[in-house]
Parts: sequence; structure tokens; C-alpha cells
Amino acid sequence: MSLTVEQVKERNQDLIKEVLEVYPDKTAKRRAKHLGTFEEGKPDCGVKSNVKSIPGVMTIRGCAYAGSKGVVWGPIKDMIHISHGPVGCGQYSWAARRNYYIGTTGVDSFVTMQFTSDFQEKDIVFGGDKKLEKIMDEIQVLFPLNKGISVQSECPIGLIGDDIEAVSKKKSKEYDGKTIVPVRCEGFRGVSQSLGHHIANDTIRDWIFDKGDKHPEFVGTPYDVAIIGDYNIGGDAWASRILLEEMGLRVIAQWSGDGSIAELENSPKAKLNVLHCYRSMNYISRHMEEKYGIPWVEYNFFGPSKIEASLREIASHFDDKIKEGAEKVIAKYRKMMDAVIEKYKPRLADKTVMLFVGGLRPRHVIGAYEDLGMNVVGTGYEFGHNDDYQRTTHYVKDGTLIYDDVTGYEFEKFVEKIQPDLVGSGIKEKYVFQKMGVPFRQMHSWDYSGPYHGYDGFAIFARDMDMAINNPVWGLTKAPWK
Amino acid sequence: MTQDVQNVVDHFNLFRSPEYKDMFADKRKNFEFAHPDEKVEETAEWTKGWEYRKLNFEREALTVNPAKACQPLGAVFVAVGFEGTIPFVHGSQGCVAYYRSHFSRHFKEPSSCVSSSMTEDAAVFGGLNNMIDGLANTHSMYKPKMIAVSTTCMAEVIGDDLNGFISTAREKGSVPADFPVPYAHTPAFVGSHITGYDNALKGIVSHFWEGKERTPGEKINFIGGFDGYTVGNLREVKRIFDLMGVNYTILADNSDVWDTPADGEFRMYDGGTTLDDAKAALNAKATISMQQYCTEKTLDYIAKTGQETVAFNHPVGVAATDKFLMELSRITGLPIPDALTKERGRLVDAIADSSAHIHGKKFAIYGDPDLCYGLAGFLLELGAEPTHVLSTNGGKEWEIKMQALFDSSPFGKDCHVYPGKDLWHMRSLLNTEPVDFLIGNTYGKYLERDTGTPLIRIGFPVFDRHHHHRYPVWGYQGTMNTLVWILDKIFDEMDKSTIVPAKTDYSFDIIR
Repeated sequence: MSLTVEQVKERNQDLIKEVLEVYPDKTAKRRAKHLGTFEEGKPDCGVKSNVKSIPGVMTIRGCAYAGSKGVVWGPIKDMIHISHGPVGCGQYSWAARRNYYIGTTGVDSFVTMQFTSDFQEKDIVFGGDKKLEKIMDEIQVLFPLNKGISVQSECPIGLIGDDIEAVSKKKSKEYDGKTIVPVRCEGFRGVSQSLGHHIANDTIRDWIFDKGDKHPEFVGTPYDVAIIGDYNIGGDAWASRILLEEMGLRVIAQWSGDGSIAELENSPKAKLNVLHCYRSMNYISRHMEEKYGIPWVEYNFFGPSKIEASLREIASHFDDKIKEGAEKVIAKYRKMMDAVIEKYKPRLADKTVMLFVGGLRPRHVIGAYEDLGMNVVGTGYEFGHNDDYQRTTHYVKDGTLIYDDVTGYEFEKFVEKIQPDLVGSGIKEKYVFQKMGVPFRQMHSWDYSGPYHGYDGFAIFARDMDMAINNPVWGLTKAPWK
Repeated sequence: MTQDVQNVVDHFNLFRSPEYKDMFADKRKNFEFAHPDEKVEETAEWTKGWEYRKLNFEREALTVNPAKACQPLGAVFVAVGFEGTIPFVHGSQGCVAYYRSHFSRHFKEPSSCVSSSMTEDAAVFGGLNNMIDGLANTHSMYKPKMIAVSTTCMAEVIGDDLNGFISTAREKGSVPADFPVPYAHTPAFVGSHITGYDNALKGIVSHFWEGKERTPGEKINFIGGFDGYTVGNLREVKRIFDLMGVNYTILADNSDVWDTPADGEFRMYDGGTTLDDAKAALNAKATISMQQYCTEKTLDYIAKTGQETVAFNHPVGVAATDKFLMELSRITGLPIPDALTKERGRLVDAIADSSAHIHGKKFAIYGDPDLCYGLAGFLLELGAEPTHVLSTNGGKEWEIKMQALFDSSPFGKDCHVYPGKDLWHMRSLLNTEPVDFLIGNTYGKYLERDTGTPLIRIGFPVFDRHHHHRYPVWGYQGTMNTLVWILDKIFDEMDKSTIVPAKTDYSFDIIR
């Protein structure tokens, strides 16, 4: 029995009212602004976003360090990223994000390593600048093929007054202009990962772009593009790059999955920036537009409908050769896409999904689910801003439940009442819902599968959603004698 | 290649197709400005030699791939071991996201924990309001029986006073006047996760015991310490205690909350030391800790209440388990039952059956100091050589103790202990002085890749193998598990190295 849109909206409103009852008044008032139901025709989703999380509610959010080291900088493979401060931050984020890369780890690539200044009490008391200098010297001795260093600040750095900029400049000079980037991404800054993205973007601007053209010999072509905001989780950027190349474009840089510093440096030579994760890299895209006149276009490589539209949109910035190339690519993969849909849609049609993810995914993956006949009935952003919720209106259906910076309690109650056929969220949520007997897929790490981007990725996405929802284990959660 | 819908391939095989391989080569050649392959190979070779090892061991400031985490992780580990208790970490919120992810990746279980979500304004003015609001919200939302507070480094650097803040929050009605809010300062820049375990447990017991009169009884307190096998180990210890008839309280018993059933209900809280038991634990006759270096301050505190305290070093093996049981028997006055004697005999039998395959083999071990000690002791007992034993969070005292252990056995003659070193040091050790097997956590797989040393996964965290935390490694049965894991790897390696037809497969034996 399916509800009408009006009934859904009424149910959602009741549900929101119900979850708010658990909070003290002050908190209920604040949380109420983050929960809502999408109304068709409205310019955004009607919820407040990008404000401080409330103490004690079990937010799912992370911090600025996670946004900078974990997301933007960490995947740049030929640089060494120092987790500067105590040991924990680097330890918990060590190789956890599946930013795939090709390289000899420990020799010319360093992504899945944990470099830390492992702050001790004396570093807090006397400052860590001297130690940081020494660390850079030791890096030069032990990892001579590194092409740059970034300093990813953890909370204490900004609190004890260390001057990591001065250290970086001094050491850069000492090492013949070596790229050394101080990043003020202390975890207490801002309200979530989001500020970390912004700070990291700004440091690329200030400490990479503004250092001048490092590769004047690099010869451009009219078809040069840079992939911006793809972290190559499970190989996503590769499954995207191959399509862009097949349509005749030349990808000169990947930001930042499987990226190298040379690619960052050459990005201002692109003719178009193609932006996947708007949230984490719109800043640098805007900057490149303003400073270098490079237009940027957002695209969505989840599911054939959106891929098709995106390929055409990207091609529209180029000549007929590329436009024809895009059509060829679309035609080439259509048969495979039809086969995937033919196989999986009967198994997944009309299944309902609730999402809670970061970055672009709370909206971007909706089309992929719809290609399989599934319906997203609830979604929300861990660290979205209002411009994300505006963009979401192009994806969600009237009456979709919207929850910004959802709390553990709210998410559990929403899922319990709505009983979707699938929840897509993160590792912290996965086991909560599986205990409840609700199929789940991690939509940050692709649950160790992937890629999910591109045509190759969609086949995997469809397979994985099917294996989650149609897993026979869900028929076993109740003991027969109970 | 496009996907074949009958056989969809993911990252394992997709990227091995020629189209992708060509794409990678083209990217490297034209856009990465990479070092020439010869240079990379030459440098890679250099990192394997003695010269590099010397430079590597001269490091004073840089830490690379450490095998330790920070204090609050240990505090959270303790907190969830009490009935209806939610850990509340005062400071930046990203830390809590990390702890929860870390535990969930190891245990494949939910890990509930809240943060006071301090930001810039709290950095300037202090986090008092975050504490007041946070405790109120947590209390009303998650209906805990206890909220156990610890700190991130942010709160420690700005010097927030937990005791004062919690009292103020209580006065402001965040929690009822008699609601337990034990706390511990757990600065990330001091010690490691095992220090945090110690501080948090001391914080909780002292919360319940401070100012109370002790009436000595017959019960025994048991503390497991920070332990990746806590689910299996605590259950095994309970089984042993029940077999012996010991009247016990397990402090910080998180074996249920990290092993809840999938039956349609999410249990944020499950099992755990009851708060009544935690209070009454003051009256115990003695407290036993399985991990000395996780419980130094806690045992010190407990000893001052008049209890006897006994600490082990993550006992694994026949002799170590014997010692554990005999101490237990001595303290309680209860005999060791025949059932356990029989288990012991079975373990000795298993070792006798298999020791030919282990005897003389060289091992490298890394992990928390107690785990290293326990495993090294077991290997010596098997006639194996724990050649390199490394603990990033092991100190001077541990070093001396490890050396004494080596000195106590002829198999320890060529063994060395490395306190305060990291896994990049270990890489040099394995490259220059190779061993047959490596024992460590999941991160050891990078060492396996770089040095070709087969990894036996024993430690924390283990992210890439499932469910081993459900098995004990303590007691005779636990030792049996450990023995089997080691043997499985030895036999797998034997098969792998003899599998080439017409070349090596004469030794591809069907009976071993």
C-alpha cells in the first residue's frame, strides 16, 4: 500500500514532531530547523544547514582536519602529508578512505602511510616548530623522492601559537623552493569537514598556484580538462577519466584521487574544469575561473541517465568532434547499461532508499537509484550548505524527508518508522541499521567495493544494491519460535 | 572492455584490463612528471639496506606508521563496558567520529559515543556551555544510566576543568543531582590509548569508591585492559571463573555491547558491568589485571584501598595460563578444577603434535606492550624465536621486562626489543634481518607487501579480516586459537611455496 504525496508529507511532519519530543526545548527548537519535507517548486529543501552541531546529540560529522587531510590533500600521492599534532588523528584516518592510486608506496608515493609529529607534552608546552623543522629534514633524508610536503594541523597547533607558515617558508627555501604547504585545518575550526575543504582549497591557491608555472614545457591542447572533486574511491576517478578520454578529451589533472603535484600545478592550463564534488572543490574551481578564465561545469557520473546528460553537458563546451565523441561513448555503453537495468531492475523496482552522506552524494546518487526503479524517500547532508540543498531540488521528489546533520537518535527513529528497503550511509551507521534488519550499503567507502562512477561503476553499483537488498540473511533475523 | 552483466567485475579485476592499464601508463607518462622507473627502483632497493636502516633509526622527530592510538580511544573502550553507559568526549567533534569509525571497523558493530562539539568560540571562552548543553542533550536523548566523560587534546590544551564543569552542569540541571558522571582527563599528547584506558577506568572506579568505606569480601575484580579480542576473551574468562566457582566482577565488560545480535533491534547498550557491581567492587578481595601497562594507575589506586592487586602481561601459552590460574587459585582459595587441567592437557597435546613446524622459526611481533610480552612468551614456549619485538607505546620498563623474558629462554638469545619505535623501523628490521613470520594488526599487511614477510593478524585493529575478535586468545582454549592461527599461516605458506608443478610440487604434501 503506497501513500499519496500528501499522506507522506503528513507522516513526515508527524515523525519530525515525534523525534523532536526527545530533546530539551532549546535543542528541539534548533533541531527543528534542520528537519523538513521537500515541497515541490521551492528553491531549496527548507532546512537550515552549515551551522554548529549541538553538543551531546551524536552528530555524524567530522572536523576540518578530516576535510583537509582526509579529503582534499591526503590523496595527492607524491607528497608527504604530515598529521601535525598528537598521534590519533592520523591514526584513525590512516588509509581508511580508499583513495586508490598507482605508485610505489614509501618510495615515490605515500598516500596509505601515516606521517605524524606525534606530539608529546613538551611539544605542547614549548611549541612544535623546532620539531616540525626536524621532521622535514628527516623526510628529505628518508623519502628523497617526495615531491612536496603538507602540514595538516591538528587541534593543538592553532591553540599553542605555532608558526607553521614560517617553518614551511624557511624549509622551502632551504630545499631549493620545494613545495611545502602549511594548512590551518585544526579540527575545532568551523562546524564540520566543510571548512577543512575550503581551507585546503585556499592553500592550493596560495602555496601551489601562486608559486608560478613549474612546467612551462607542458604543451596544452584545445581538449584539456581537469577532473575536480573526485577522490578515486575504489577507482571512481579512473572509471570517469576513461569516459572523458574516450570522447576525445585529454585529462591533464585529477583532483585529488590518484593525483600528483604536477597535475595540480598544471591545472590552470585546462580549458574546462569538470567538477564532481561541488561541496569540497567549488572554491578552487571558482578561483580558477576568476584568475585564469577557466570555466567549470558540474557533472554527475552516477547511473546512465545522469552520465548521459553529463557527457553531453561537458561536450557542449567543445567543438563537434567532442560532441560526436560523447554520442559515440553514450552509444557504446548503452547496450551494457540496458543489460544491467534489465537484469537488476526487476529485483529492485519500487524499493525505497534513505540516504545520509557527505559531499555530493545525498543528491548525486539519486538518479542511479531511479535508473534501477528505486525511490529515494529521505536524504540529508552531513556537512552541506544551502547551495547543496538548492541543487538537491533538481533530484528529490515532492515529499522527500530531509534531515540536515542528522543525529544518531533521529536517523534511527526515521528509519524505524519509514522502514525503507535500503539505507545508504557510513560505517558508524551501518551496523545500527543492520541490527534492525534493514539492508545497508556504505555510501562513503562503497562498502569496500566500487568504483561506482561511470558506466563500469554503475554495473557494480547495481550488483551491490541487489546483493544488499536481496540478501537472504534478512529473512533470518527473527527466530522461528519467537 | 565494457562490463559483462553476467559477470560484473569490480576494482579487483576491472582495472587490470588493457584499457585501464594503458590509461594509467599514459597518465603517469604525460601528466604526473614522475621520477623515472629506474630511479624509483633504485631508491626502493636502497630503502631495504643497512645504510637506510641506520638513517631510519637515527630519526628523532618524525613518526611513520606508528602502532598506537591516542588516549580518548581507550577511554571510550572502557566507558562502553559499563551498564547503560555512554561515553562523552569533551572537545572537538571530529575525534568522536574517528573513535566510532575505528571501533566499528574492528568489531563490525555500532559504537555509540557523543561529543561536546567544541568549536572556535569554545577555544576562546572554554567549553563550559558545551558541557552543560551536551550533558543535558545526551541525558534526555539516549537515556543512559551513566555518562563517562573524557577529553580530546583541544579541551586539554585550553585547560578545561572537567570536575568544575560537570558540577556546574549538574547544578544547572543538565543531569539529576545523583546521576553518575565519572570523568578522566585523557590528553592525546601523553601516552597512548592504553594510558586512556587506565585513566578512564581509574576515573570510573574512583567516582564510585571515593570516600566510601571498604568492607573486604570474597569477590574478585577482573580487568581485561584494552584488547581487540575483548569479546572472546571476556567470555572465556567468565567461563573459566564459572568452572572454578570464582565469585567475580568484570570491570569494563564490553563483551556484549560489541557483539549484539541482528534480530531486528538495535541495542545502544547491552550487558556491561552493572553500576551496583562497580560500586561493590571496592569490597573485593583482590583485583586482577590481564594487562599491566593498561592499568598501572588504576591498580595503584585500587591497591591503596587495601585490595591485593595482581597484574599479568596478556598471558598466552601454557605456562602463562598456568600462572594466571594458580594466582587465581591462591587468591580465592579455590582449587583449579579437573576440567581446566584437562584443557591444559589438550593444549599441550596440540603443541606436541605441531611443534615441529614452529620450532626454530623466527617471528617479528609488534603491538601494545602487554600483547607483545604475552605472545613472545608463548613463542618461546613453542621453541620459536621472537626475533624482533616492537611496541610504539612500550617504554623503558617494558624493555627491561622483555629482555628478561628473552634471557630466560635459550630461544631468546638472538631476540631484540624495540620500545618507542614504529612500523617504518620494523620495515628496516624485516628487510635487513628477515624473519619467517610477522605478528601484528592489519597495518602489518603493508610490511608483508614491502618485505615479503607473511603476516599473522593478532592485535588491534584488525579491519581486513572478520570475526576473529569473537575468539579468545586467553586461557588454554584461547591459546589453542592462537596456536591454530599461527599454524594455519605456516601451512598456507608451505603450500604457496611448493605449488609450482614440476618445479617444487614434490613437497606439495597431502599430509603435514
